[in-house]
Amino acid sequence: MSKPTTGKPVTPGKPVKQIHLAAHFPGVNNTTVWSDPRAGSHIEFSSFVHFARTAERAKFDFLFLAEGLRLREQGGEIYDLDVVGRPDTFTVLAALAAVTDRIGLTGTINSTFNEPYEVARQFASLDHLSGGRSAWNVVTSWDAFTGENFRRGGFLPREERYSRAREFLSTANELFDSWTGDELVADQATGVFLRDARAGAFRHTGRHFDIAGRFDVPRGPQGRPVIFQAGDSDEGREFAAADADAIFSRHSTLDAGREFYADVKRRLAHYGRTHDQLLILPAATFVLGDTDAEARELAHEVRRQQVSGQTAIRYLEHVWNRDLSSYDPDGPLPDVDPDTTEHTIARGRASVRMFRDPLATAREWREYAEAHKLSIRELIIEKTGRQSFVGSPATIADSIDAFVQADAADGFILVPHITPGGLDGFADTVVPLLQERGVFRTEYEGTTLRDHLGLYHPRTAADPERRADAERLADAGQRADAERLADARARSLDGRAAS
Amino acid sequence: MSASPSASASPLHLAVALDGAGWHPAAWREPGARPNALFTAAYWAGLVAEAERGLLDFVTFEDGLSLQSSHPTAADERTDQVRGRLDAVLVAARIAPLTRHIGLVPTVVATHTEPFHISKAVATLDYVSSGRAGLRVRVSARPHEAAHFGRRTFPGVGEGGVIPPELAADLLDEAADHVEVVRRLWDSWEDDAEIRDAATGRFVDRDKLHYIDFEGARFSVKGPSITPRPPQGQPVVAALAHGPAAYRLVGRSADVGFVTPHDTAGAEAAVEAVHAERTAAGRADDPVHVFGDLVVFLDDDAATAAARRERLDDLAGTAYASDARIFTGTAVQLADLLEELSAAGLSGFRLRPAVAGHDLEGITRGLVPELQRRGLFRSAYEADTLRGLLGLARPANRYAATA
Ligand SMILES: Cc1cc2nc3c(=O)[nH]c(=O)nc-3n(C[C@H](O)[C@H](O)[C@H](O)COP(=O)(O)O)c2cc1C
Repeated sequence: MSKPTTGKPVTPGKPVKQIHLAAHFPGVNNTTVWSDPRAGSHIEFSSFVHFARTAERAKFDFLFLAEGLRLREQGGEIYDLDVVGRPDTFTVLAALAAVTDRIGLTGTINSTFNEPYEVARQFASLDHLSGGRSAWNVVTSWDAFTGENFRRGGFLPREERYSRAREFLSTANELFDSWTGDELVADQATGVFLRDARAGAFRHTGRHFDIAGRFDVPRGPQGRPVIFQAGDSDEGREFAAADADAIFSRHSTLDAGREFYADVKRRLAHYGRTHDQLLILPAATFVLGDTDAEARELAHEVRRQQVSGQTAIRYLEHVWNRDLSSYDPDGPLPDVDPDTTEHTIARGRASVRMFRDPLATAREWREYAEAHKLSIRELIIEKTGRQSFVGSPATIADSIDAFVQADAADGFILVPHITPGGLDGFADTVVPLLQERGVFRTEYEGTTLRDHLGLYHPRTAADPERRADAERLADAGQRADAERLADARARSLDGRAAS
Repeated sequence: MSASPSASASPLHLAVALDGAGWHPAAWREPGARPNALFTAAYWAGLVAEAERGLLDFVTFEDGLSLQSSHPTAADERTDQVRGRLDAVLVAARIAPLTRHIGLVPTVVATHTEPFHISKAVATLDYVSSGRAGLRVRVSARPHEAAHFGRRTFPGVGEGGVIPPELAADLLDEAADHVEVVRRLWDSWEDDAEIRDAATGRFVDRDKLHYIDFEGARFSVKGPSITPRPPQGQPVVAALAHGPAAYRLVGRSADVGFVTPHDTAGAEAAVEAVHAERTAAGRADDPVHVFGDLVVFLDDDAATAAARRERLDDLAGTAYASDARIFTGTAVQLADLLEELSAAGLSGFRLRPAVAGHDLEGITRGLVPELQRRGLFRSAYEADTLRGLLGLARPANRYAATA
């Protein structure tokens, strides 16, 4: 049946890494195909239930939800070609905690248009309600466009987005740590409910927050939620190296992945942290077929669904920064050059900042289109968002394993293009192959997301035993790694012997 | 006693207010209380399942943005009462998939929260519960609570627990603006905005998405929401009101007002005040429920209930006082009282169990059957949405062009 597995380490003698896998609910961008007959609702709870249960059935580490706090616009109008609309992150994650047992629940929550006290109590509550499965992807979108939906408006200059984010997170951590976890006595006989009359006391005085009082949610099972970071700038990477447990990156190719991986892991030492304390999990798309050839064909079809003629024109407008609605998507690229004055055409989306030199991009795209005789639509299909993994289950399992063993990633956050069934095939065919070669769990070993990710449970910052504990846990972690490695080797040998 | 069904009387609506181990500060020390489970989903799931077994219209979840306190406007450092709680919207969402009929109404503090976030949170609660969401809005003038946010101060609020009336009125007006934004955002998507039109490549009809362009004294919000219009169109909005400024909030903004009359005359006055405010706000044609709030100690005989209350007061070290009338007695006596008060125009009651682990069952297994015998309460759920249970139609969208 499948071709023999080749899960040998890239570097001889280097330990075999265990892969982490997560499922990103299809988002409000053109990766998500809504025109397919199989595409279901993006808002009905049943879609979330199906998606989360599939990921849990496949023993994924966590489910991931993105967030954007204003509907995207282009040319001064709401962008209507992609999926629009999504639920509130905290609310849907809390509901999903009721229909799942083990899978982690990661929510993207903005640090500009929220307040630490409220966000901390929401995450601490989610952690209690999910039995220790909460995680927070801290994002920093700061623009005045989004700010128009909030009481404070667009109050934050761009260069302060990470200064606020870092202080936001450290303040939230102070709130999480304001309860040590042993205050609740609830002794009915003696009438002592709390051991400590000042439980939850905090005071934070800083540039962005000056708050004091008592936090009102006792410590959750994980102590703190797992922290993700997704910004790509230098400040973003420093923030991750200092404070995050994992990075959601966009560098999903082998070379870019390795470069990014090395870059951020290198930054850890400066903060007294070790390589295993920050996981790199790029976003990855995939197209599965029975054979590689079939998958390639399917992939092309998916790309055509993702990039309609209208979408191609609108995409080109991002680079050109002008109205191109009169152009034929099946015709050649515009002769006119991009407008390089202030970017105004598209608002509320991350990709806007991807084209740092639009004139160069336009030149390159025109030359490429001419050389390959491509229309606007064909060019956009070629140049944007190609799938990360295309192939048969064996090919995809091979690639994922190879990327992880080559330190291009510690695992992937998979972004299917169909809601809610887009993960089903992966769960049924790729995951068993990864399990067979011993690089992916066959059962959850722990109950919390920190357990799944191999992250230690933080005690409080004030706790003098914390450092000693961390060291003990690090030792234990190394031992566990060694055991897992031996186990994985044994299993992959078995696998080879059987095939 | 009216033991026979009185077909003429209109049925009552019943809600239960959930708060920690119950409303009496010593409730957690009762045998049926589970004080160690207060921060688990299972605890709340158990209470709401019991309420649903009793066919209640909805449960409310108390909440605030500070630890509970025995002082009205300041923090305390007591260690002998329940302290700490989970976010009410998240608790409601966690329970939603485990229940089918009962309405879920978390408390939200308008003073310190973003209406944009609250609107999409409650809309999402409506999605995950298939149309059973509501929100109970409240304000906070507590200086220590404001200090958790560091963005405003309430210098006029004294240690004595007195809130200057101008401040209270101001906060309630702000809450009305908050609810207005929340409601406009719920309508900012028309029901049929999602078109998935392959021919034009459009997922939505942007003409059916609306900027709300709210400009108020304290904030402005652009819209539209990021969350489509919830199943009920407009989830149910409730507020507790003790006086004129709060009656105005109910009249302007709410579908359900909770009031705290201590007798029939008080009930009549509250109902009249709410309806006057509703008319003044131009909502005379909108149905507004006025529910009476009562704390209840329910037992098989009145003496047992009274003794239990006394025992709890002893444990607490002081007699329990409440803004609401405190009822102590049997289910039959409580049914009598509810009948009497409802004659003054209350359409339902929100009962606050003194001990959740005891008095909730007193309501669902004692009071409910008694009211059913009298023809005053449903014998099965007759609707799938909270609006449906409350007899409220699904409202038209304020932004939809009338054909
Ligand atoms: C893979 C990836 C996913 C992201 N997802 C979100 C998101 O869901 N919501 C959001 O507001 N920002 C999102 N961002 C934006 C970043 O988190 C970050 O706040 C923003 O890019 C600005 O920071 P930067 O200049 O460091 O990139 C994402 C970024 C990346 C790389």
